[in-house]
Amino acid sequence: MIDIQSLDLFYGEFHALKNVSMFLPEKSITAFIGPSGCGKSTLLRTLNRMNDMIKTVKIKGTVTIHGNNIYEPEVNVELLRKRVGMVFQQPNPFPKSIYDNVAYGPRIHGTKKKSELDDIVEKSLRDAALWDEVKGDLKKSAYGLSGGQQQRLCIARALAVNPEVLLMDEPTSALDPISTLKIEELIQQLKEKYTIVIVTHNMQQAGRVSDQTAFFLNGEMVEFSETDTIFSNPVDQRTEDYVTGRFG
Amino acid sequence: MNAFKRKKNWYSSDRVMPKVLLGFSLISILTTFAIVFILLKESITFFSSVSVYDFFTGLKWEPLFAEPKFGVVPLILGTVMITFFSSIVALPVGLGSAIYLSEYAPDRVRTIVKPILEILAGIPTIVYGFFALTFVTPILQKIIPSTEVFNALSASIVVGIMIIPMISSLSEDAMMAVPRALRNGAYAVGSTKLEVAIKVVVPAALSGIIASFVLGLSRAVGETMIVALAAGLQPRISFNPLESIETLTAYIVQVSAGDIQYGSVEYLSIYAVGITLFAITLGMNLLANYISSKFREDYGG
Repeated sequence: MIDIQSLDLFYGEFHALKNVSMFLPEKSITAFIGPSGCGKSTLLRTLNRMNDMIKTVKIKGTVTIHGNNIYEPEVNVELLRKRVGMVFQQPNPFPKSIYDNVAYGPRIHGTKKKSELDDIVEKSLRDAALWDEVKGDLKKSAYGLSGGQQQRLCIARALAVNPEVLLMDEPTSALDPISTLKIEELIQQLKEKYTIVIVTHNMQQAGRVSDQTAFFLNGEMVEFSETDTIFSNPVDQRTEDYVTGRFG
Repeated sequence: MNAFKRKKNWYSSDRVMPKVLLGFSLISILTTFAIVFILLKESITFFSSVSVYDFFTGLKWEPLFAEPKFGVVPLILGTVMITFFSSIVALPVGLGSAIYLSEYAPDRVRTIVKPILEILAGIPTIVYGFFALTFVTPILQKIIPSTEVFNALSASIVVGIMIIPMISSLSEDAMMAVPRALRNGAYAVGSTKLEVAIKVVVPAALSGIIASFVLGLSRAVGETMIVALAAGLQPRISFNPLESIETLTAYIVQVSAGDIQYGSVEYLSIYAVGITLFAITLGMNLLANYISSKFREDYGG
C-alpha cells in the first residue's frame, strides 16, 4: 500500500535519510525503531509531507500510496493529510471542547450538519476507546482530561476525517505506563481498519504492537522484516546490538 | 574572628541600593496618587457648583456662555465616536497584520516589518495630528465635498493608524505564544494555512488579542493632539463623522491653552472632565487585564 522507493532526504547539507526503500502492507502495524537522530521520525513525517514545512528540506525518490506518488507537484497536501492522519509525541489537543476537537477536521473538510458531526464525534471517540469516559462531558475543555485521555482524544481527532493511514510519532513517550498500555491495546484494535506506522523509542512496545519492524541507524534503514525476526533472529549485527540493548 | 564576617559599612551596596531603587519606584507610584488626589480635589470643588447629575446627564456643553452649561454627554459622545471609527480602522488592520506576521511572514520579512511598525508607534501624535488635518482631510473633502475642515472621520482614521502597531504587536505576541504543536495537530488533519490561522491560532490566542484591542481602544480614548488638531472643538451631539466635534481630551487642551480665569468654574471643569476620562481609561485597562488573566490558556499538555 505505501511504497517508499530510494528515498533520500536532506536538511540543508545534512543527509538525514539515505536511500530508503520499503513496502508497508495495508492494515498492518509497522514500527520504526532506532536511536535518537537515526531518521525514523523524519521518515514518518515524509509520509504525510509534514517535512514540507521545514524550508531547508530536500527530498529525492518516491513515496506512493495506492500507486499515487505523493511528491508529485500537483498533489494537494491537505487532501493527502486527510488520508494520512498523524498523532504526535506530546498530546496536542486544541484549547477547545472535547467535541470541537474531534469535529475540527470534519468541519474544515465541509461537514456542517449537526447530526452528521454528532455521529462522527461519537464514532471517532468510540474508535479511540474514549467515548465511555467522556460521553457526558463533550462540551468540557479538552484540557481537563488526563494526558492519556488527551492522547486518545488526539487519536479520535485524527480518525474523525476518516483516514486510511495513521502515523504515530512516539505516541506514548509522554504517558504513564497504564495510559501507555491503553494506547497500545487501542493500536491493536485500530489495525482492523487502518494502516499504522509507529515510531517508538521503546523496543518492548515495538515488540508488543507491531507486525513488522524497521531498524534505522544514521539515516540508513539497516534491517526491515517481521517483528519477531528483528527481535529474535536479526540478520545484521548492528540490529542485534541495538535490540539487545548494547547501544542506543 | 569569623573570616566571612560582613563588613559593617553603611554604604555596603546591598544595603543602600535596594533603598535607592525603592525610592525610584515610589516616584511613579506617588505621582499617580498625586494625580488622582488633585483630580479628585478639584473635581469636588467643581461639583460643589455643578451637580454630578447635571454633569453626567446634561446634553449641552457650553462652559463659556453667559449662562454656562456643563453637560458632559456631548464630549463623551465625541470621544466614543473617535474610538468607534478608529477601531473600525485599527482592529481589522492590526489583527490582519498580526496574523500575517505570525503565520505567514518569512523571518526576513518579519525582521523588516516589525521595526517599521515600531517606528510608526514612535511618531509624535502632534505629527499624526497635522497629517490628519493637512493630508487626510483634503482627501476626504475630495471624496465627500460636504466634509467639514475639522471632522471626526479624519481624526478617527489617523487615531486608528496610530494604534495599529500596538494592536498588531500585542496580538502577534499572543499568537506567537501558541505552541507549534497545536498548529501541527491542525495541519495533520488536512488544514490549510488559513484554516490553521483562523480556526486554531486566533481562537487559542483570543484572550491576548482581545486585551490588545481593549488597550488600543483605551489609547484612542485618551488620544489628544490628533483630535484637538483635526476633529475640531465643537461640543455637539452628532452622529455624523464628517462634522466637527469635540472630545473630552480636546476640551482639556482648549481650556488649558486658553485664557480662562484660574479657579473659575470653567477652569475647574477640566478636572471633572479629566477624572471622567481617567475613569474610562482605567476601567478599560482593568478590563484588558481581567480578560487576559481570566481567559489565559495554559495550552495544557
